[in-house]
Amino acid sequence: MNPIDAQLLQLAIATPLVAALAIALGLPKRFSTKLAAVAFTVPALIALWLWKEFPAEGAAKYFFASTVDTGLSGFGIALKLGLNGVALPMFLLAAIVGLAAGLYALRSGAERLKIYLMLLLIMQGGLLGVFASVDIFFFYFFHELALIPTFIMVGIWGGRDRNYAAMKMTIYLTVGAMLSLLGLIAIYVKSGATSFDLETLRLTLAADPLRVSLQKNIFGLLMFGFGILVSLWPFHTWAPLGYGAAPSSAAMLHAGVLKKFGLYGLIQIALPLLPAGAAWWAWKLALLAGIGNVLVVGFITMAQRDLKQMIGYSSVMHMGYCFLGIACLGITGPGGVVLLMVAHGLSVALLFLLATSVHHRTHTFDMSEMGGLAQKTPVLAAFFVTGTLASIGLPGFANFWGELTVFVALWKFSPAITAVAVAGVVISAIYGLRAAARVFFGPPSEQLQKVTAAHPPADMGWGERLPALLLLAALLLFGLFPRLLSHTVDQALSQPAAMPTATAHLHR
Amino acid sequence: MTTDLLKKIAETNEWWGIAPELLLGCSALALLALEIVLPKKDHRFIPHFAIATQATVFVLLLAGFYSGYEGASTFGGLLQHSFLGHVGRVFFLLSSLLVCFLAGICLPRSKMPRVEFYHIVMVVTAAMMLLVQSNHFVMFFVALETLTIGFYVLVSYYRDRPLTLEAGLKYLVMGALSSGIMLFGIVLLYGAVGKVTIGGVAHTGFEFNVVADFLRQNPDSFLGIAGALLVLAGVAFKIGAFPFQIWIPDVYQGAPTPTTAFLAVASKAAGFAVLLTLTGTVFAPLQHILVPVLSLLAAATIIFGNLSALTQRNTKRLMGLSGVSHAGYLLLGVVASFTVEWAAAAVWFYLFTYLLASMAVFGVMAYTAGSDDADQELEHYEHLAKNRPFLAAVLAAGVGSLAGIPPLAGFMGKLLLFVAAFQAHLYWLLVVAVGGVVVSIYYYFGWIKAAFFEPVTVGTASADQSASAVPTWVGKLVLGVLALATVLLGFYPGPLTHWLPFK
Repeated sequence: MNPIDAQLLQLAIATPLVAALAIALGLPKRFSTKLAAVAFTVPALIALWLWKEFPAEGAAKYFFASTVDTGLSGFGIALKLGLNGVALPMFLLAAIVGLAAGLYALRSGAERLKIYLMLLLIMQGGLLGVFASVDIFFFYFFHELALIPTFIMVGIWGGRDRNYAAMKMTIYLTVGAMLSLLGLIAIYVKSGATSFDLETLRLTLAADPLRVSLQKNIFGLLMFGFGILVSLWPFHTWAPLGYGAAPSSAAMLHAGVLKKFGLYGLIQIALPLLPAGAAWWAWKLALLAGIGNVLVVGFITMAQRDLKQMIGYSSVMHMGYCFLGIACLGITGPGGVVLLMVAHGLSVALLFLLATSVHHRTHTFDMSEMGGLAQKTPVLAAFFVTGTLASIGLPGFANFWGELTVFVALWKFSPAITAVAVAGVVISAIYGLRAAARVFFGPPSEQLQKVTAAHPPADMGWGERLPALLLLAALLLFGLFPRLLSHTVDQALSQPAAMPTATAHLHR
Repeated sequence: MTTDLLKKIAETNEWWGIAPELLLGCSALALLALEIVLPKKDHRFIPHFAIATQATVFVLLLAGFYSGYEGASTFGGLLQHSFLGHVGRVFFLLSSLLVCFLAGICLPRSKMPRVEFYHIVMVVTAAMMLLVQSNHFVMFFVALETLTIGFYVLVSYYRDRPLTLEAGLKYLVMGALSSGIMLFGIVLLYGAVGKVTIGGVAHTGFEFNVVADFLRQNPDSFLGIAGALLVLAGVAFKIGAFPFQIWIPDVYQGAPTPTTAFLAVASKAAGFAVLLTLTGTVFAPLQHILVPVLSLLAAATIIFGNLSALTQRNTKRLMGLSGVSHAGYLLLGVVASFTVEWAAAAVWFYLFTYLLASMAVFGVMAYTAGSDDADQELEHYEHLAKNRPFLAAVLAAGVGSLAGIPPLAGFMGKLLLFVAAFQAHLYWLLVVAVGGVVVSIYYYFGWIKAAFFEPVTVGTASADQSASAVPTWVGKLVLGVLALATVLLGFYPGPLTHWLPFK
């Protein structure tokens, strides 16, 4: 490992933020777009480099660690960065999706492009910071840094209902964030560690766990706080609405990466620090996610006519699998969730990108007014069908391995819930394939014929193909070689005392 | 007061301890003299003089010129110099400087005389600075009255406008009432301590430590408790805590914008400085009564402030009512300070972030207001981002910080208060506070929405904005620095956390 790697990690987070500041201070548009392109690329390259540099053994520890005191050390808060086996894949995901969203935004021709890019850059900096933070205060801080631009982007560049959607998202997500902040502070105060450093907290709480009742309360706070952020049923209604209204790059980054914050928090913070609380809540979480997210939302998704809302609902549904995996506790379940998070992040970002591309050609999101687009835009159709198959979880794509691992863990947890989850796969196959069929095949609708007569649709240009290819390549890579990801995750989670097991703490 | 005491004061050079206040008071008088002496065309330099003297005192204070008296008690126990007193002085000077800056924008729009405004602001500031250092109920009351009477004038400064006059009258009546209540409390305490010998300034029933001793020995004395509660009621009026917030919306709307800012920031901070001193020293023995009372007050204040701000469309009223909720969060810190020592520092941290954010917002309000100062509606902010992007950016930083959105400074302030409350085991109060924060997002976000997002309603005629001023480069500099400080303190709160006595 190079000594410079820790600085590279800092640089990856700082680059987008500094670029955003430069744009905010009035850089001319010509330079702004170039700078933004650089600032989206640098973190991706650094992330790849760090991935390569990551040691083969001992991934439970944090590597590339560095600490900066921002003046809050009196409260045990310091900007401590580092990556462990779970954080590494997420960091990589943030960098890849960020690059794709950035590239797509550069070619999107949005109004007030400079501010749009600036907000995206802030979001990207925050996202990279979230997964590189060892300090749980900064973990939260970076999340909010990334979240605020989302609201603004929905409000300014959003589509239909943007004002309502922005307001609803803001209120839901603020409630979620506040609950999780309370939970994090509660851990800090109650652990007696007087530190927000996750490593210190783990050591302290491993030696001297909290009272069981306290664990239950704090885990409940975190579960619902993080849960709202991840669209846990019945607090999911902001998600389809918000994604439906959000501009494509913001939706890609939010649905693809930012939303995983809550799941990541549950895996990295809540499960290891509050094992007894997790054990008590596991069944409740599984029921909420299994029946609510997978079944109920699955049926709702099937009924959608709006393409973008359908993708929004499908992402809510897939979050259900993630919650189910977390409810399994142990190693396999959460490990599968990490794989699924990466896979889903890539695939949902790809689908949002393609949905916008479809909209550019059809001028509508209503699937009943489309059809037969494949004849005019074969490349787009190919991408879309591939993306849909990936999202359903076809073998060969990364999603397959995530879902498979979660199902294996789930079978041990409860065969009944596994049956529900597998039924969910069928549901997602139905709506996914039906959407592909309605948009691209069959005879074109009357409205579409009018639109295409007025604006003859061109196939995907390189501005769209490049980000889509990037995402698809990553999906295939991790689908064909899942060990690339699972190796470090496995090590990080299987370290003794890092994860609670369902049986060990149930009988306390 | 005996001649001996005067002699002693003259010999020990104690005047130097209050040199900043003296300097402010004297130059305030000099302003009036200058207005008579200078020819009319040179009157425009008088505000510059006022700002220059305040800036000088500010720099001298920061440089630590008067810190030699820290920990000392001067003037026969009337004043007690402490580090938090020093912090308070810096705070009040900073806010008076910014109020003078706002006055430079707003006052030229009216036909009112200008010099007196600066004069009163400086006198009031000196009074606040003495207030935070007072250690004696007589000194305390005199300083507080100087401040309040100054505000009577400042609030009704635009005396040709009905709304302003209404505000002035309301403030006068409510202010007088609260002063009376407070004085009654002081007298009860004095009587309860029971030393009617007036043998000198020292060791009467007015000294903070004498009263504290008495309360420590008789924590259940009815007179003592009643007196303490009445005094706190008077302070609650200053900070605008429920149920003494009733004057706030009308007064904030009617008062000239610089006065509103002064009320919102400095007057509220003075109230909290006093509250911290009182709860930390005099009334500390009454913890068993004050903690539940103040907790209830804090919860009611947060709930009332946020709910009443929800439907406001007038930005000045919005600032007032949301300011009530900020008073509630700060009260949370005060309650925590009974058990958590550094909570007082957290309250000051919050006040500083509140100062930066509020002044930035008031600056934007001063620039966007039309000819009628009281008529500042949210609708007037539509298209602000398109027409005046700089002001919109400053507004976003300020309002965002007030809402407590990370990574802005206001978030850090709230975080520290919440951590303190957690350590003090005030769980149900925390739940109320967090609920309040979530509610507050709605109305603060509504303001941002008006400024940045495309308006839903088209054609709502905006008021006469022809009179609204364009920021000069000084204005841009000040607002830019305020906004930047708000952002940077969020990322790196080090400068404040190291300075304030958190340990």
